[in-house]
Formats: sequence, structure tokens, C-alpha cells
Amino acid sequence: MHAEFGNYLIVLAFFVTMALAVFPMLGTFTNNMSLVGTAKPLTIILFVSLLISFSCLAYGFLVDDFTIAYVANNSNSLLPDRYKFSAVWGAHEGSLLLWVLILSGWVLAVALLGKNLPKLSYARILSVLGMISCGFVSFMLFTSNPFERTLPFFPIDGADLNPLLQDFGLIIHPPLLYMGYVGFAVSFAFAITALIEGEWNATWARWTRPWTIAAWASLTLGIMLGSWWAYYELGWGGWWFWDPSENASFLPWLSGTALMHSLAVTDKRNSFKGWTLALSLATFSLSLLGMFLIRSGVLTSVHSFASDPERGRFILIFLAIVVGAALILFLFRSGKVKTKANFSELSKDMFLLLNNILFVSATFIVLFGTLYPLLAEALGKKLSVGAPYFNAIFPIPMVVIFALLGVGPLLNWKKHNFSKLKMPLLKIAIVSLVLSLLAVWSLGEFFWWVFIGLALSLWVTISGFYGVSLATRFKKGIYAKIKSLNRSFIGMTVAHIGAVVTLAGILLTSFYSVERDLRMAVGESQEIAGYTFSMTKSEDIQKENYQATRVSFDVYQDGSKILTMKPEKRLYLASGQIMTEADIDFTLSRDLYIALGEALDRQGNVWSVRIYVKAFIRLIWLGAIIMALGGIFSILDKRYRNLRAEKVTPSQVTKTS
Amino acid sequence: MPMKPHRKKRLLAVLASVVGVAIVVTLVLYASEQKMNLFITPTEFQAGDAPKDRTFRIGGLVKEGSVVRSETSLRTEFIVTDKVADITVVYDKIMPDLFREGQGIVAMGKINEEGIFIASSVLAKHDEEYKAPEVLDALERAGHPVDRSEKKPKYIDQGQ
Repeated sequence: MHAEFGNYLIVLAFFVTMALAVFPMLGTFTNNMSLVGTAKPLTIILFVSLLISFSCLAYGFLVDDFTIAYVANNSNSLLPDRYKFSAVWGAHEGSLLLWVLILSGWVLAVALLGKNLPKLSYARILSVLGMISCGFVSFMLFTSNPFERTLPFFPIDGADLNPLLQDFGLIIHPPLLYMGYVGFAVSFAFAITALIEGEWNATWARWTRPWTIAAWASLTLGIMLGSWWAYYELGWGGWWFWDPSENASFLPWLSGTALMHSLAVTDKRNSFKGWTLALSLATFSLSLLGMFLIRSGVLTSVHSFASDPERGRFILIFLAIVVGAALILFLFRSGKVKTKANFSELSKDMFLLLNNILFVSATFIVLFGTLYPLLAEALGKKLSVGAPYFNAIFPIPMVVIFALLGVGPLLNWKKHNFSKLKMPLLKIAIVSLVLSLLAVWSLGEFFWWVFIGLALSLWVTISGFYGVSLATRFKKGIYAKIKSLNRSFIGMTVAHIGAVVTLAGILLTSFYSVERDLRMAVGESQEIAGYTFSMTKSEDIQKENYQATRVSFDVYQDGSKILTMKPEKRLYLASGQIMTEADIDFTLSRDLYIALGEALDRQGNVWSVRIYVKAFIRLIWLGAIIMALGGIFSILDKRYRNLRAEKVTPSQVTKTS
Repeated sequence: MPMKPHRKKRLLAVLASVVGVAIVVTLVLYASEQKMNLFITPTEFQAGDAPKDRTFRIGGLVKEGSVVRSETSLRTEFIVTDKVADITVVYDKIMPDLFREGQGIVAMGKINEEGIFIASSVLAKHDEEYKAPEVLDALERAGHPVDRSEKKPKYIDQGQ
């Protein structure tokens, strides 16, 4: 019953998206206000029907309805309830349902919060979002229906959720990631509408900014969670592998970062307009490309959902339509929104332009490395581009970005008298270099990359605080100073500091971690990076849906025992899959990480063991959380509220062609 | 006639972008040439097609009865085959969970002077029915018919 109802609601959603794609848009061109007025109710119906449909699938999981093929393939009666729920998005079909549900949530948010937009633009934006939703919903309906039945011969029990996904990180990683991915659809829809109307000005940019920042912040958290999950769950202690499926999410993040900064210029200075539009279109296109890479099966990785060529073809066609339409619209209409750039070499505008060039270069570098193996394969050559390529050139634009980041935010728009900034900047630079040298020296071994990276981190942080002190120099008292800052400014400073916290974490982890693969037997000890790991016992345990061997290690530091760690090797009963459950003890400055390889004798007393002492790895994820917090702060800025419709009167629209 | 300031600025901006794009493209092409990893099948390996001083990937099946483990360390020696030619592989890290004889693997590494492949990483299939596309390819190129209509891939990279 629930399966039919859920299925029916997807069909309903499909027709609603078609209506949303056509009617309001048609109404705006024929001046039919009743058609224009359908936008909002359609949006609400779309969201509600997808929400209920999603609940139907979740219910199917919770009651072990194995007549639904998707449930039978991805759940099991022994699975704990919380994982039955998260299993809803544990594989392709259900995650697609979550994807469209989140998209419809964004569309609903635009419909509810965009009341102040000009009426016609409001309808057009929702209509464009309807077209995008239509693409995704029909993809789900025609190639990947989550409600397909196994009747009449349904299995008695399910095949189980992939054990890798039976984990807390996986409960929240996909929703956040998808919020980021599809969130960029909003700025895409704004950009398309602006191109249709031939108007794109500061007010438009101000409307788009909070949406873009929100999508960016979600994507930041989503990527961070994915990295964290890979670290503790895959059992080999890495945090980023330049795997194509990671790059798929990193590409829209990079171009989204560029977009966020170029929107700031358009908002404040009414320039960079064509460029901002192009980035809005590119960022969402990269989201779609990421979806194609992951869901088409052209890649082999942890994330590959399925290798159904029909799905790949569908997304590719959808991608071609979206990119093609956007490109054509851009080529023919963007001439109307051009502006003369008017700023000097030393201005915030100039630094943001450089930021954009560098982020776009970084995007290109990652894009090339990700797609090159596919291109080569099409030409009959098999090769792979892995971490060595990315590690060799990706840092180059990044170093320049962080160097500029210490200066850019301090400058005025249009033109800055640099003479007053020279001395303070010189002092900050010297302090950063000296502190970084001291830090690297105290860590023992000297590495140029760490020295440069820490110096850049300090440079950006100190200059950020200097910027705050400059902005508040006329206020007396700490409370008054903080109150006088606007939230975008705080958000920007916080996000920049978050970025350099991540930078510091990446470099410290990469250069100061100690990693050992060892053969160890019960009773043996090993000393690694000042810690002694002693294998004390090996025991068999039995749990709800798996059995495991658990090996205990006592960890000593300076002769005294600090803790006992218990990594496991699990055998999941339903699927027969073997899983490595690492044990991790963390502090801000180091993680102790033990993962079991395989038993090397019959009794399970001798093991191949992986022991890591990871330096400062938590900073990587902490920095990402700080970045996202910065984003959230910016969205709360007052200037994004009270945006009145009258602000876009024709007199204020700057058209220079 | 002197150039108007904004024209001059535009010219500079265009020049700067052209130089910038050129630098990025050069870097990317240079790095990808240096850093990409070719895929070599055992047959090609035997024919001497493998690069000498560079990291590359190989793929094939772990030959039955070829796995020799050290008693004192993690060192494992085994043979990867496409049923025509063999490659001897040495790996001294933790093997992937489902490494077994007769199974498809993909390994990354270099050859040493004796022609032995020193692996820096080994990937194994993670699903009973699944073989990595590279493995299927190696078998196919060596003249073995391969059924590609197999189940969905699930596999875990074991680090670089």
C-alpha cells in the first residue's frame, strides 16, 4: 500500500514539475496573471508530495517491506532501526529521492522567502527551478524508481545495507552534500531569469548571495563529513584521495567559492556582471557533471552506485540540455548586462578578480585531472591520474590565493591608498614568518611546505584580526566594537580563518604523521612516535548483525598507560562482507589510529596491523566547520533581509551596452 | 595617439589573462605527462612495454598457489596473470580485505632491476561477482572472453 502511494506521489510530482516548468513561465510572457500565480501553490504541492513519498519509502524500510526491490537490496531485518532509516539514501534510487526532496525544499524556500522579488521574476525563477526538478524527477521515475516491486517472488530477508554505510557519518553526509549540490540550482535559476530579462544588477546579486552562500556552506560541511567518514570508516586513515568521486563534489565547491566572491563585487560595485552570471551557470553545471560522474558508473570507486548505461545516458543528455541552454542564453543575452570595469590595481575589486582567476584555474586543474582518464580511454589508452598529479600542481594557485588573502580584505573598493597599509602589512608578514619558523622548529623536522603553509595561515589570521581592529577603530569598548561589525564582515573573517585552519591541518598532517604497517602478535609491543602500543588480547564477539574479532592494545606514553584501544575485524552476517573497524583516540594535536589488516594465523593471535599517529588531523575538519559557520554568519546579515521589490525599478537598473 | 586609460587597462587585463591561462595549461599538461599512470597488462609487461623508472598500474588475476607470505614481516610475494603472461609482485603493506588467490586485483608500483613489480598499493575486488574493469580488460586483451554483464562494482581503494 505505502509503496503504491509513494510511487503515485512521484508520478504526481513529475506532472507538477512539468506544470511548474511551463505555466508560470508562459504566464509571464502572455501577461496571464492567473498562470503566473500558479508558481507558489505548485511549489508547495511538489514539496509535500515528495516529502510524503520519501516517508513512504522510509516506512517501507522500517517495517522490512522486502516486496520493494530497493528495500530488499539495501536492508535486512537484523539491521538496527537508525540504519534502516539512513538506508533510505544508502544507494542510488533512494538517494535520488532524497536529492529531489532536498531540491524541492530549496524551491519551496525560494517561494516562501522570495515574496519581495518582482512578481514576474519570482514566477520565472520558480519556473526554471521547476524545469530542473522535472529533469531530476523524470530521471528517478524512468530509470531509477525506488518503489519497484519484487512481486510475486519477494525475498524473505533483505541483502543488507553495505556495512560501510552503517555508520553515523553516513546518516548526515549525503543530505548535507546534496543540499550543497542542488542549492547551486537556485543561483543558476536566478542567473537564467536575469538572462531572460536582460537585467542583472546589484539588487539581483544581493538576492542571489545568501542562497549561494547557504549552498556553499552545506557543500563545505558535506565534503568535510565525507572526508571524516573516509578517514575512520574505510580503515586506512586517509582524509582525501583525489578520487574522482571526491573531485566531483570539490569541483562545484571551487567554482562556487569563486562565484561567492564575484557576487560580492556585483552586489557592492555593480560590476563583474557577465562573469558572475557565467560562474552561476558553471557551478550548477559542475554539480550536474559530478552527478554524472558518480551515478553513471563511468568511474570505479567507493561511491559508484551502479553501472547502468541507461542512467549515464540520461544524465548526460540532461547535462547537455542544461549546459547547452545556459550557454546559448548566455551568448545571446549576456551582452545586455556588460559593464565597464573601473578600478585601480590596488583595490578590493582587483584582488577579488585575482581570487576568481585563481579559483577558476584550480577548478580547471581538478577538472582536467578528473576527466583526462575518461578522455584517454575514449582514445583507446588506459591510464589513471592520481594524487601525484594533483599534489604537484593544485598547491600552486592555493599558495597565491592565501598570500593575496592577507591583503585583499583590508583594501577599499575601487581604489586604495596603499601607503598607510604598507607598514602594518610588513609587520604582519614578519611576525607570521618568525612565528611559523618557531612553530616548525618546535615540531622537530623542518619542511619548506609546512613553513610556508603555517606562515600563510598566520598571515591571513593576523591580517584578519587587523582588519577587524581597523573596522572598529572608532568605537570604544569591546561590546560596542563587536556590535558595530556587520555580520557579513564577521562571516567573511571567520570563513577565511577557517580556510587557513584547514590549510595548517593539511600540511601538519601530511608532513608530521607517522604511519606503520606491522606484523604483530599478542604479547608484542611496538614503539611509534613516542607511544608504545602493546597487543594484549584477541577475542571473538557476537553482535546483532555481525560477528567480529576484537584485538586489544594498551597504549603507553612515557612509561604510563594512557588508554586501551580495541579495533575490530567484522564479518557482516547477511552480506558476508568483511569490514575493518578502526579504533581512534583523538585530541586536537594528534590522533592515535589502529586498524586491523588480516589474521596471519589460525587462532587470530597474529595480525597485520596498521598503526598511525596522525598529527593535527582534526584541524582539517575543524577548519571546514569554521568556514561553514562563517557562511552562516554572512547569511544572517541584515542587508539580505528587507530586500524590497521597489529596489528593482527600471530607473535603478543600470544598462550599459 | 596615446591609448585611453580604460583601453590600456583592458589590454593589460586581456594580456594578463592570456598569460595566466597559458601558465595554467602548461602546468597542467606538464604535470599530467609526468604524473599520470599507465595501465599495463601482464602480456604487455612481458613484451617489455612497461615504463622503467615510472609508477604504473597493472591488473590481472592472482595466480593460484603463487602467494608466499613472509613469516616475520608483512612482505607478500605473488604472481599476477592474464592467463598468458605473469608478473611477479612484491607488497609489504596490509593487503586489502578480500585479497585471495584466483581473484582480480589492480596494483600500482614500479619495477626493480630484477624485473619484479614492487607495489605501493593493491586494490582487490570487494564483491564476489565483480571484477575491476581493468582486470576484465587485461583478460580480454589476452584473448579470454569476458562476461561484462556483471554486478555493480563495490571496491575499496587501499591508499596510494
